[in-house]
Amino acid sequence: MNLVYLIPLFPFIGFLVTGLFRKQLSKSLISIIGCGTILVSFIITVVLFFQIKENGALPVHALFPFIPANDFKIDFAFQADQLSILFSLIITGVGFLIHVYSTAYMHEEATAHYGRYFSYLNLFVFSMLMLVLGANYVIMFIGWEGVGLCSYLLIGYWFKNDNYNYAAKKAFIMNRIGDLGFLLAIFWLLSKLGTANFADVFAHAKSLTSFDITGITLLLFLGATGKSAQIPLYTWLPDAMAGPTPVSALIHAATMVTAGVYMIARSNILYSLSPIAQNVVTAVGLITALLAGTIALYQNDIKKVLAYSTVSQLGFMFIAMGVGAYTTGVFHVLTHAFFKALLFLAAGSVIHAMSGEQNITKMGGLRKKIPTTYITFLVGVLAISGFPFTSGFISKDEILVAAYEHNKIVFFLTSFAAVLTAVYMFRMLFLTFFGSFRGTSEQEHHLHESPSAIIVPLIILAILSAFGGFIQLPDAFGGDDFLNQFLSPVVPAVTHEDSGAAMKEYNILVATVIGLAIIYFATKKAFAVSQWTDVYSGFKKVIANKFYVDELYDMIVVKPLHNLAGFLKRVIERSGIDGIVNGVGSFIQYSARQLRLLQSGQIANYVVFMVVSIVVLFTVFWNQTVIINFLQKIF
Amino acid sequence: MIAVLLILIPTLSGFISFFIKNNQGAKAFALLSSCITLAVALMGVYCSGNSYLHYDAAWLTDLGSRFTLNLDGMSKMLCLLNAVSLPIIISSTYKNNYESSGSFYGFMLLTQTGMMGVFLAADCLLFYFFWELALIPAYFLCSKWGGERRIAVTFKFFIYTFIGSLLMLVGILFLYFKTPDHSFAIQSFYNVKLSSGEENFIFWLFFIAFAIKMPVFPFHTWQPDTYEQAPTSVTMLLSGVMVKMGLYAVIRWLIPVFPHAANHFSNLIILLSVIGMLYASLIAIRQDDLKRLIAYSSIAHIGLMCAAIFASNKSGMQGVMLQMFNHGINIIGLWIVADAIEKQLGTRKFSELGGLAQRAPSLAILLMLMALANIALPLTNAFIGEFLMFSGLFKYNIWFAAAAGICIILAAVYTLNMVQKIFFGNTAALTATANDSSLNINMALIILAITVIVLGVYPQPMLQLTNDTVQAVFAPNPP
Repeated sequence: MNLVYLIPLFPFIGFLVTGLFRKQLSKSLISIIGCGTILVSFIITVVLFFQIKENGALPVHALFPFIPANDFKIDFAFQADQLSILFSLIITGVGFLIHVYSTAYMHEEATAHYGRYFSYLNLFVFSMLMLVLGANYVIMFIGWEGVGLCSYLLIGYWFKNDNYNYAAKKAFIMNRIGDLGFLLAIFWLLSKLGTANFADVFAHAKSLTSFDITGITLLLFLGATGKSAQIPLYTWLPDAMAGPTPVSALIHAATMVTAGVYMIARSNILYSLSPIAQNVVTAVGLITALLAGTIALYQNDIKKVLAYSTVSQLGFMFIAMGVGAYTTGVFHVLTHAFFKALLFLAAGSVIHAMSGEQNITKMGGLRKKIPTTYITFLVGVLAISGFPFTSGFISKDEILVAAYEHNKIVFFLTSFAAVLTAVYMFRMLFLTFFGSFRGTSEQEHHLHESPSAIIVPLIILAILSAFGGFIQLPDAFGGDDFLNQFLSPVVPAVTHEDSGAAMKEYNILVATVIGLAIIYFATKKAFAVSQWTDVYSGFKKVIANKFYVDELYDMIVVKPLHNLAGFLKRVIERSGIDGIVNGVGSFIQYSARQLRLLQSGQIANYVVFMVVSIVVLFTVFWNQTVIINFLQKIF
Repeated sequence: MIAVLLILIPTLSGFISFFIKNNQGAKAFALLSSCITLAVALMGVYCSGNSYLHYDAAWLTDLGSRFTLNLDGMSKMLCLLNAVSLPIIISSTYKNNYESSGSFYGFMLLTQTGMMGVFLAADCLLFYFFWELALIPAYFLCSKWGGERRIAVTFKFFIYTFIGSLLMLVGILFLYFKTPDHSFAIQSFYNVKLSSGEENFIFWLFFIAFAIKMPVFPFHTWQPDTYEQAPTSVTMLLSGVMVKMGLYAVIRWLIPVFPHAANHFSNLIILLSVIGMLYASLIAIRQDDLKRLIAYSSIAHIGLMCAAIFASNKSGMQGVMLQMFNHGINIIGLWIVADAIEKQLGTRKFSELGGLAQRAPSLAILLMLMALANIALPLTNAFIGEFLMFSGLFKYNIWFAAAAGICIILAAVYTLNMVQKIFFGNTAALTATANDSSLNINMALIILAITVIVLGVYPQPMLQLTNDTVQAVFAPNPP
């Protein structure tokens, strides 16, 4: 009995029930249904995880034929193998914690909106599960567009605010650009191989020409840059902060942005056949990691810093993908899910405590006021900065080793991006929790620790962020390389070229300890202060304004298209085509008006044309040979 | 039998309707009769056997024309669309009161007759007869019950389609004289032997007629005006069903009769279609009028169907046939929302709307669903159709597919713009006191929404329905 389809089914039921009956159900019932369905999915996922661990991947389960076309057949089929079940664990596990957190965070919403919120949230989890559990690219695409839709709905959740609506629309459209790439890749596969099933595509991948492989993988990667917020399509993610904070956690940790990484890991056989695509992936990941890391240094909105840190961390994952260390990239998805969910939820707790304030220059000294939030946040900061033996250290360390073995330049630049991570995270930590309070006295009066529905998920995530990395502790530190082994049937395990790997790991460990110590003291001195200004000048201003990329896109894409559309509408459509047509029309109308003098009433127009047509037809009949000969001469 | 009933019921009830003086009575009668037609059409979908689906009687025997009707897969699909549309249209606009309702609904039913005939006729003269029959009541509907600029706009609509019909008639007569047995029967037309010069010329006579009807760029300018000025229920009928006459005719008549010319000009026509898609999508982005936005969006969608037909690929053709049905369902849904807003608030200008989701949550949700179908989100019906059409276009030429693909992005831009400007943000002066949509509108939209989802998740029956036609179109010698 294959129960895979139950995993996405439960969130879908939750979506329907909380959505349709949002006005009838009480808030507590909505909470129970909203969280409960995810919990059930999580439990099923855990059961299947152990089953798969014991017996290997489950067979593909086709529910019914989805698109039975003439040239290809696409089934509505699910597949639970090592890779998809691992992602399902992250999605349902972290997703469940975020749902629980939401029950407290969104408590002040009106009941109908509360129901709407949870139905979107459930739909989000459903879409993401479709994405990872689909057994072919088309089912994956259902989830792929589905998460785009859900992010649109949730970013614009407070729909009265037009800025939020704009951010939501931007997210959807940027994602759509990527989706087009994904779709074209599917069509390419269908036209060359006649199938979109993972198993069949990978089995026949070798029969594709290298041009085809490169085209397909690059188009797929275009899709990934949209969903996973990489250059050039990353600008939607920082704006996506408009949604409620738990939504940001969901987008950044459990769903959505990891989709691109999953897709490349899933298609690793294709990518390994195309060195060009691999180099593009590495380069884009690297540049994105550096760019976003730099921008994060000068952001003052607590959620924006975290957003750019996500973009940067996703860059790390793509570097791993590009250098062929697929398992490592997936491992970083896992650890990142823990600490990024933790950081966002903790940030939400901070914002909650600060009565909605998000600007870290107006916080300060919160360490003593909200101690639990502080400690969990600290764990998150340490994990993302790569403090030895936290989850973030182990995964980033593996990426660095893989990069080192691939190319020294990539290694050094990746290391630099890792340094940036530590700097901007510590800056945020010190500005928020150290120094003295810089907010209003009213905010200070309201400062309070959050309720347990918020605190408990934070603590669980803090534990996972701290120790979750041990699932894949390298041999050098006495680990058993579990994840590598587990994923090896789907994703080729990372093999180290020489026996010096252990040495490298130790070197990185030592370098990390020294580096972090320096960064800690330097940033503490700079940022644990009582006063802070956020006026920048010169190059800092350029960075604080995100290198003006949004403005650039506006200038080279949005404005020209807008103007072209206006030109088409006003000039071509109105004066050009329609002008000619109306010219002909008024000529006929004029002649008709003359003829109408003989007759009376509106219907006369029609009669006139009847007569004209009959005359024309008779002429054609009698002279058809003449006309045809004439026409034949022309053509 | 069923084929005849499909024509007979709307014709008879159309004529009866003219004599009903009571407004409510006319409405109820039209609704009842259209429901009966729907039941018959459904029977047609499930029936097989020549005696049900085929009808042949002497008509203008001296001319070589017979009253031949045939119901194959594609005809079943479109007759079903035609039959589904009218009850939905009538019930969603049930609260609208038209002056002299009897005539209004009479003309509506006669339009339905004409369109049924177009989808059923297996004789070219009969086809032409119904083609014109569908248009004439539509002219009257637009010119009598339309908006302020109705006379000028209907005149333009009339000129356009009239020129098209005229060209087609010339073509039909030319072919008729070329048939070996001087017959208008579809099979005789398929067997006509033409020199390539003749074929290339006559092809255009037909194509322009059909292109105007669809409409394909640059023959489209009648459409936004007509859709804007016609009473909304007529617009629904025109855009939901009548534009399919053009697409249908291309598949049924144009391509089998002129296979070489179709092949010869496919690049040019696909190019026109793709330009039209981009052109209409871009214009849609800048529209401030809800109805005109939907009109341009429809031009873009029809462009894709036209391109996919000429890509001559089986999967693409399956997509076109499915999408003809889907497009009808989806666009009627959008018009219902547009009408609900216009009737209540008296405006279609985005600048005067906004924040309606706070006042009309049900309408907002239902429009959202229709909007998602309009942008072909997976698990809506349009995704299946567009997926198949794009796959066909991709096989034909990757660059055409990529260029047309840009419209997927642009569709998201204008559709979400529309949703945002009407429903999100703060309420405007007009929308501050608006009410939610009424029960009949919600019911109609819910039926459409369910169709959208069911066909989006499980399109198999619809794909099977048209399979015989798809195979026949691509058979070496059309039947």
